[in-house]
Amino acid sequence: MSSTTEREKQAPRPVRRPGDRIFEGLSTSAGILILLTLLGVAIFLTLEGLPGITASPDDLGGKTGGKNFFAYVWPLVFGTVWAAVIALLIAVPVAIGVALYISHYAPRRLSSTLGYVIDLLAAVPSVVYGLWGLLFLSRELAPFYQWLADHLGFIPFFAGNPSGGVSANSILTASLVLAVMVLPIITAICREIFLQTPRLHEEAALALGATRWEMVRLSVFPYARSGIVSASMLGLGRALGETMAVAMVLSASGVVTFNLIGSTNPSTIAANIALQFPEAFGTFTNVLIATGLVLFVITFAANFVARAIVERRKDFSGAN
Amino acid sequence: MAKSIDVSDLNIYYGDFLAVEGVNITIPAKSVTAFIGPSGCGKSTFLRSLNRMHEVIKGAHVDGKVLVDGTDLYAADMDPVNVRRLIGMVFQRPNPFPTMSIYDNVLAGQKLNSKKMKKSEADDTVERALRQAGLWAEVKDRLNRPGSGLSGGQQQRLCIARAVAVQPEILLMDEPCSALDPISTSVIEDLIHELKTEYTIVIVTHNMQQAARVSDDTAFFNLAGVGQPGKLVESGRTEKIFSNPDNPATEAYIQGRFG
Ligand SMILES: Nc1ncnc2c1ncn2[C@@H]1O[C@H](COP(=O)(O)OP(=O)(O)O)[C@@H](O)[C@H]1O
Ligand SMILES: [Mg+2]
Repeated sequence: MSSTTEREKQAPRPVRRPGDRIFEGLSTSAGILILLTLLGVAIFLTLEGLPGITASPDDLGGKTGGKNFFAYVWPLVFGTVWAAVIALLIAVPVAIGVALYISHYAPRRLSSTLGYVIDLLAAVPSVVYGLWGLLFLSRELAPFYQWLADHLGFIPFFAGNPSGGVSANSILTASLVLAVMVLPIITAICREIFLQTPRLHEEAALALGATRWEMVRLSVFPYARSGIVSASMLGLGRALGETMAVAMVLSASGVVTFNLIGSTNPSTIAANIALQFPEAFGTFTNVLIATGLVLFVITFAANFVARAIVERRKDFSGAN
Repeated sequence: MAKSIDVSDLNIYYGDFLAVEGVNITIPAKSVTAFIGPSGCGKSTFLRSLNRMHEVIKGAHVDGKVLVDGTDLYAADMDPVNVRRLIGMVFQRPNPFPTMSIYDNVLAGQKLNSKKMKKSEADDTVERALRQAGLWAEVKDRLNRPGSGLSGGQQQRLCIARAVAVQPEILLMDEPCSALDPISTSVIEDLIHELKTEYTIVIVTHNMQQAARVSDDTAFFNLAGVGQPGKLVESGRTEKIFSNPDNPATEAYIQGRFG
């Protein structure tokens, strides 16, 4: 051990060229800057949020309905995660299908047009999605929701209102809007990864007598698995934090329910902040900031879970 | 199970580009036939046309006939997927499925061909194929490890095991040793010797000694010139091609005077 370090000491210092040094400096400071920003946000949320977390319900002037912070934030956490998960359940299969069609099935001209259209979808502002969900989608979906309540009402998800009616401004509509919003990013990433599948692996499958779909299952999906997880996580991050569209579409009332098409729905953290903040004052502002801290933590946790999933199958990832 | 191949007047195209022109050759059953010739003369292209892998490239097509025991592979009602199930292929670079275990790699083709297999049957198939590929002793204790963790030579033998697991009639190999060290190469050459008792084997090789060592018949391909299509110059028993070829170009190539 000591002999190696001595030898290292005697070894001539490697030549460091100015270009390398400048680039190293730039990229290091960019990395540090990101960490500092993140740290700054976390510190701000914690400092400003703490008074909200510790406040007694009486200090909040009834803004939280007489609940303490944790009772107040729990339905929001539930609504945030629930809406985002449903959105992903809808968006990921569609995104994979579209990406696969573009990368492996569509004729070349069509596939580049489609790719372009998908990228355009990503550029639409969320307010526009909110308007679309509020004014168009919810109207179109109402009869379908009624059908679900009539025929599948025995499943708690489709229970509808106790009176027998349904609401189109429900969490399912919000999730559908979210699904459309996260579709482009997931599709775009999946498409890129599918296209990068090594020719060698595709041919290995084809030479064994795989049909196109079997080839996709044998070589494209396994190669793309970790990429699909990452893409989904990016989508999840966006869905968890999406504010405007949800705030516009959802009629929320701070309950915890799995009912997807009723008129009482849990709100989401981000939408709740947007709706409440303009009229918030005093300690209630701190409560809202503390909910923001909770959202921050949830997003982090989701990313850690995703990393763990990718890591667990690392040996089999094909990266070696 | 092994079958012979009869090729007549085969032209092979990439889009409008005629890559290989007018091939006529008979490849006998249960023997090893080597394709030799300079780079770019169309050996791989021709080999891939023998199991219809050629056409997975956009715009690639052929005209002419390839008969396997009398059945035309390019007949209108022939499904290329079925052709490839009967005619296995080993590539230049080892390409086991990286996300699959060794065990699953061997069974990959089997799983496509038949729906359900009993565990004991699957185990038997894996052992038989790995034994045939001379890999059993080395991997029998780590069948559930990923195939990509093996050495290059072992990966190539795993690919051979994967190809023979489905008991094809013909085995095509495109420079199977060119990415391997000399020891792995000689292991695979020995393997080819053993496999020819059961399979018709066609092997492309850059290595003249290898062709002489492993093959019964040899076919020499050449380019008439830059931009010209590749052609089959001559084919015949390996001893004859190497000692007394009919065509002076063959002799020049074998003696290392060009290519
Ligand atoms: N995917 C392809 N698209 C177009 N041309 C190709 C393709 N692959 C090979 N070719 C052309 O076909 C000819 C034969 O190539 P190839 O069969 O790879 O030769 P060899 O294996 O004998 O070195 C070459 O001119 C090469 O450029
Ligand atoms: Mg080649």
